[in-house]
Order: sequence, then C-alpha cells, then structure tokens
Amino acid sequence: MTNSFGEFADAKMFLCIGTNMTEAHPVAATFLKNALRKGAKLVVVDPRRQPLAKLADIHCQINVGSDIAFLNGLMNVIITENLYDKEFVANRCDNFEAFKTKIMEYPVERAAEISGVKPETIREVARLLSTVKPAMLCYTLGITEHTTGKDNVMSTANLQLLLGNMGMPSAGVNPLRGQNNVQGACDMGALPNVFPGYQKVIDPAMREKFARAWNVEKLPENNGMMMPHMMEALPDRKIRAFYIFGENLANTEPDIHKVERELASAEFLVCQDIFPTETTRFAHVVFPAASWSEDDGTFSSSERRVNRVRKVKTPPGEAKPNWWIFKEIAKRMGHTWESNSSQEIWDNEVSVLAPALGGIKYSRIEEDGLQWPCPTLEHPGTAFLHRDGMFTHGKGVFNPVDWKAPAEIPDREYPFVLSTGRRLYQYHTRTQTGRSGMNFLMSEETADISPADAQKLGIQQDERIKVRSRRGEVEVRARVTEQVPPGMVWMSFHFREGSANWLTNAVYDPATMTAEYKACAVNLERL
Amino acid sequence: MKITINGKSCEGVEGQTVLEVARAGGFNIPTLCHLADLTPTGACRICVVEVDGMRNLVAACSTPAAEGMVIRTDSERVLSARRFIVELLVSCHPLDCMTCEKTGDCTLQNLAYELGVTGSRMEGDRYDYPVDSSNPFIVRDYNKCILCLKCVRVCNEIQGIEAIKTTQRGFDTKVATAYDNTLQDSTCVFCGQCVQACPVGALTEKKAKGLGRAWETRKVRTTCPYCGVGCQQELHVKGEQIVKVMAVEDGSPNKGRLCVKGRFGYDFIYSDERLTTPLIKENGSFREASWDEALDLVANKFKQIIAESGPDAIAGVSCARSINEDSYQMQKLFRAVIGTNNIDHCART
Ligand code: SF4
Ligand code: SF4
Ligand code: SF4
Ligand code: FES
Repeated sequence: MTNSFGEFADAKMFLCIGTNMTEAHPVAATFLKNALRKGAKLVVVDPRRQPLAKLADIHCQINVGSDIAFLNGLMNVIITENLYDKEFVANRCDNFEAFKTKIMEYPVERAAEISGVKPETIREVARLLSTVKPAMLCYTLGITEHTTGKDNVMSTANLQLLLGNMGMPSAGVNPLRGQNNVQGACDMGALPNVFPGYQKVIDPAMREKFARAWNVEKLPENNGMMMPHMMEALPDRKIRAFYIFGENLANTEPDIHKVERELASAEFLVCQDIFPTETTRFAHVVFPAASWSEDDGTFSSSERRVNRVRKVKTPPGEAKPNWWIFKEIAKRMGHTWESNSSQEIWDNEVSVLAPALGGIKYSRIEEDGLQWPCPTLEHPGTAFLHRDGMFTHGKGVFNPVDWKAPAEIPDREYPFVLSTGRRLYQYHTRTQTGRSGMNFLMSEETADISPADAQKLGIQQDERIKVRSRRGEVEVRARVTEQVPPGMVWMSFHFREGSANWLTNAVYDPATMTAEYKACAVNLERL
Repeated sequence: MKITINGKSCEGVEGQTVLEVARAGGFNIPTLCHLADLTPTGACRICVVEVDGMRNLVAACSTPAAEGMVIRTDSERVLSARRFIVELLVSCHPLDCMTCEKTGDCTLQNLAYELGVTGSRMEGDRYDYPVDSSNPFIVRDYNKCILCLKCVRVCNEIQGIEAIKTTQRGFDTKVATAYDNTLQDSTCVFCGQCVQACPVGALTEKKAKGLGRAWETRKVRTTCPYCGVGCQQELHVKGEQIVKVMAVEDGSPNKGRLCVKGRFGYDFIYSDERLTTPLIKENGSFREASWDEALDLVANKFKQIIAESGPDAIAGVSCARSINEDSYQMQKLFRAVIGTNNIDHCART
C-alpha cells in the first residue's frame, strides 16, 4: 500500500476494485464503514454485489476480467471532459501523451460494451472522482489474479496519477495483502530476482554486498525461477529437489490434478510445516515447524508496517523454529551462520542489509510497529509514499495498457465464468481455521449462482450440483444468491472437497506468474 | 486550559471532557457506558463528579472541561450517588461471581468492592433469561446484563454490522438480535467486538471457559496470523495456554478491533494433529526420524544434486505466513549456500 489503514477513517472517497474487503480484510472494512458514516463516498467495481458493493454510492458491476477496459473508459471520460489534475500530470508525471493516445482508443461506449457497465454510470463515476479529492484506491486479488494482472495494477496506478491522488494522506494505490506476511516475504527477498530490501540479484554491486555480508565468494547472477515454473520443471527433473516451506500447494494452486501430478513426480521433495497437509503426502522428508506464538519474530503488514510477533508457548514435541532448521541445513553444507534468534537475524542482518529497514530494530517496535521506509534509527517511519509527488524514479510514469480477455472465456460447452476468492469464516486451505471452530460457521464449499440461472437450470437452494471445467469437476451445494450476476459462478478454495482449484485454469500473467484464479469457464449440472 | 481536580491543578485542551482531563491527570473515575471513540450517551451516570457552582452532579464522560472548573471526584456526595447506582445494579444481578468468567476483570464487581456494596440492602427482581451458548465462540447471559449498551454501539458504530439492538422497555429491556434469534441466525459476523466491550459477564468468550482467571493470565502483545491488515492482539496467557484474545486498545492499525479469525481463530496451535517429529518416507510411508538423520539426509541430497546437476536443479518456496526472519533465512540458504536464485513464495495469492 502506498498509504495506511490509519488514513481510512478520515478518507473522503474510496474506489474499491476487486476487493471483497468485508470478508477478506474485515477490520480494514470497519474503518471504511466509519468513514462512510462521516459522509465519505464509495465506488465499488466488482462483478459481484458483495457486502461492500451494497454500501456503495455507485456499484459498477463489471464483467469478470474487463477491468482495464472499464478503467481506460473511465480515464477517457476524465481526459475528454477535462476532469483530471492538470498540474499534477504536468509537473509530476511522465509519458502522458503516449498514455492519452492509448486512452483515446477506449471511448466510453467501447468500455461500456466490454465491461457491461452503462456509459452514463462510467461518466457519473468519472465526475464523482474528479469532485472529491483525494480518493483512496484499494484493490485486492480481483485485480492481480488475471493473466493481465500486472497491466491491471498499472491501470489503477494510471488512474490515481491522472487524478493527482498520490503523495498525500487518504489517497494512493492500496493493495490489501491476503496473507499476514506476503508483504514481509517479498521484503525479505523470498523472490527469484531480489535480495532482501528489493535489491536486484542481477546487479553486481548488490551481489558483492551480500556476498561479503554472507561470507561467501560469489552469489548466483541470474534471476531464478518463479513458483509455477518450478513445479512445471519437476516432471522432467529440470528441478530435482523442491523445498516447500509452509505452503499447501496441492490445494492452493490452480488445477489440482496438474499440481498433484507435478508434486508426485518430484525426485526429492522436502516439506516443512506445522500440520500434515495434502502437500506433505508427496514429501520425502517432512520437518515439523514451530508455529505462530511458538517463536519470536516479525510480520510486515500490507501497510509496510513491521510488527512484533511473540512466543507464548514451546513448540510441540520435536518441532523447531524455521530459522533454526535452515541454519542447521546450512551448517551441514559447510556454512556457519552466527545469528541464533529471530532478534539477532533481524537486528544484525535484515535491518543492516535492507536500507529501507535500517532504522527498524526490535527495541523500537516493542509496541506499535514501524512502517518502512525507515532508513535511520531516528526516522519515524513512513505512513504514505511519494510525499508531494516525489516518486522513486523522479516522476510518476503513465503506462498505457490494453484490455485483453481472460485466457478462457465461456462457450457453448462451458457457458459460465467461474471466479474464486475467500470467505469470511475460513482461510485458505483451513489448516488453521479448520482447527479453531470455524467449521461451525462454514462447513462446506458451495457454488454461488444467481437466482436467474438457478431458475433456468431448475436448481434449488442447497441442492447438490456438479460444476465441471476442462480440468475437473466437483460436487457442491448450490447457494443461490443475489450477490452473483447471471452467467457467473463463485467459489472459494477452503475445502479440499469441492475446492474451486479442481476447476481453475493454470494460466498465468507472463510477468508476475500469478494464476488466473478469477476467470475460467465451467458448466453446471443437476445431479 | 487549567482545571482543578481534588485540589490538584490539571492541564487540559479545548474539546476534552472532564473524564479525559481527569484520566490524563491520573484520577480514576469509573465508567460503565463510556466508549473512548464514540460520542458519549451519559446513560449510566456512574462517572458523576461534583463541579463547584453546579447544583447537580454531572457525568464526567459527557461534560466538556472548561477553564477554571473546580471538580471533586471523591466527595461523599459523589460516592453515595455511585453507591446508589451500583446497589441498583447489584440488586438484580445473579451474584454468581465464584464461577463467572468475568471475575477479577468485571467493572461491576470492582465497583461493588470499591464502594462497599454487598447487595444486601435491596432485593430486586432477577431476570430469568436462557443462556445462549449455542455457538463455539460467544456465550450470552443477559441475566448479567447491566444495559450499558456498549455492545450495541460497538456493533453498530465500530464494526458497522447492526446485528443487535435493544428491544422492549423498562425492566424487560433486553439486548437482542432481530427476532431474538441466535447470533448464528442473525447478521452477526462473530467479530467479538461486543464481548471486548462488555464490562460484565454478560458476554464472554466460550473457549476461555475454565482456562484461567483474569489475575492468573499474563498479557502478551502480538500480531494476528491471518490477513494482511496486521491487527494487534493482546493474548491472555496462563502458562502455555492462550485463554483468550483481545485487541490492543490503542494499537495501530486496528485500534481495539478484531475480526472473527483474529479473535477466535487462535487455538489451531494446540491441535493434536500437529507435526511433532521429523518424518522420512520409506517404501511409500512415513517413519519418524531424529533431527540429525533428517537434516543430514536433506543436506547430503542437496550436495549430491549440486554436484551432479548444478545448484539450479534445486528450488524452494517460502511461507507467506511465517515470520520475516524465517523467509530471510530460507532465501539466504538458497542463495548463499545452495547457490541458486530459485527461491519464491506465493507472493501472488
Ligand atoms: S460479534 Fe460482532 S457482529 Fe456479532 S453482535 Fe457482537 S459486535 Fe455485533
Ligand atoms: S451485554 Fe454487556 S455490553 Fe451489552 S448492554 Fe449488557 S452489559 Fe452492556
Ligand atoms: S483480526 Fe481479522 S482483519 Fe485483523 S489481521 Fe486478523 S484476520 Fe485480518
Ligand atoms: S460512563 Fe459516563 S454516563 Fe456512563
């Protein structure tokens, strides 16, 4: 997030696109609701009429995967009606002309046709956005889980630049992170192209810096593989050993049949987890790990805040802290690492090596966490980025992007579009929520369908139906709900039985390798 | 702005209430219906104080502080007014403090203790509502409700859910969901904000039952293990057991709020399905192994693969739920020891 949760309550306007905030980030949504009570405006862009949409001043119920067409059309109105922040664009941004040329290819009628939102509504949103300033743009996986995910993200940034909604409180582009420490895992360099602190592995100076710190002669020069490529390289043994820490890939990745074929073909699979999962079944070695509350450490939240996590109990049996396990493997491969606790790892390594975290030490985050960038011990942390339009690379850059349809679109055989996401009472593959009483509130997966489609197909509420895609099929109960528009099916991936991932399409955004969980084609059948 | 409280001069700023100035000055004024972030209702009147020049006692939580005010928080008149309120509340209260989950952390119990109210002076009607413990998280015993209405206000104004409201009038006034349904059959989202707000034992955490008394638990601040909001939790821990989870009142970013997962989703760590020993697969099934054996096996296999096929034949994914230090350590293992950048995590979900 460029901005912070603390700014929600005072925001004057929200544009929420592809975010089911009340279910996936409930506490963030409470601050948004508080702002609405004080008169803030809310525009929701989402194919479903989910709870947030019901609170909206305007709900743009776009077709699945039409985000860029919609946003380009919106920006077309903003430019042609001269509603944009001319001063910000002129002084703080680059590449406006090329961007404008692209936007002109999306007159509002074209955007309306692709997105399914009426031209008047798009115009109304444009005018509302230009009268209330600043606006906070929030998005979640509805933007990123598409084959055009990266372009979708750039499109949201284009809009905020155009409106001058950057570099001030209650503004910006704000992706809400799904898992507690996705932000932190990125910050720590658990990515194939960067060291901790987003320092590039292809930069010789960075390699030298880290080689010195880690006491090795050299470090690998080329970007590594991204996760889907790793798994696809298992069957032909291009990858011979695969080490999975914590992830339950057999349930979370698209097309479970394919994923399990890949995992089963691994020559040597190591899993490190707190529970046996569908994924650990395929392992050759399983390491038992300490969980949340069994080790001291830090999580970094969506708002770049480094928060303390504390130990209150010892791990069960022989389970060990994860950092200890990695250190022991390193030792057996001839490397002696000094740090011997989370605090030593953070204070003596992470915050020394990542400039943006340089000022964050355990002693400073006993209570509230600090938000990076926080380069020095005196620095108070950074609540919002790009203050006064000062961007990392000098100016904000417009990126012209084109709309592309999802990889698989409905046809005669598979006439419905399946979109997936999370529900309030469960979390991911339920390794945690499934063991803390949440099944009482949600005990099985459902296929959410519209009343119109239910009627057309003669499907009753709660009736068990079959949902089929080119990859697989599941039997689940139908949940007939006004939230879902005709032509759409919505499911989550919390329950293995009936998981949407038996159906989802393993196609990816070429740059980010994020799978298109939000769109594939399915068929519905009565049993 | 200067005001005088119990003879001591206190600094305040325009817009503060008497309660806020007094608390900042270290004076203890009890409250029952007061909620820091919401507009005061002045409903319970337990917070009354005496102000020079005013005939009636005033509610500190809803009275703006003004320059030169002279206030007493502990005069006999104040204490007897408070005592009267507490006596009324106690007179219709079940008084089963011995087994009540709230004992030791109950505002009514503390007030009765401080004011010397035994409950014997008045004998009022008691309620006879059924206790609702039909869900795994929240027990509702409205026999103990003192009608401060904090639960209703946090549900409506903080969480924005509007699952509960007051019904009926007079003695039969009660907090209820629409149609007096159970919470699971209402619009309730089980955030437990009402439980955190309740000053007495009317709303309690079901999982905490019998696990420990308020004075036996230590309070440990930590961060929620679920979504990326990063809510700050206060774990109430007895020994190695988390008794219950509250939100850190002033902590950023959540300012005293949690959702159902953050408040009630903690006990998976105690599951007897946890992995407790290293496992090695042999002839298709797992057997238990020592750490040395399992670690040696992995290290040797890695060395062998590096020798035969180079370091890029090894790949790993880190965990987006575990702590930063673990992810740092894993990418260091891959880069500095194995010698590959084949390290990733599910950054995209
Ligand atoms: S748990 Fe939350 S939603 Fe349910 S009644 Fe309490 S405050 Fe309202
Ligand atoms: S249930 Fe608790 S919070 Fe709600 S009105 Fe009764 S005493 Fe107050
Ligand atoms: S309490 Fe709820 S909103 Fe807060 S971090 Fe946990 S899961 Fe997210
Ligand atoms: S706390 Fe002031 S009136 Fe209730």
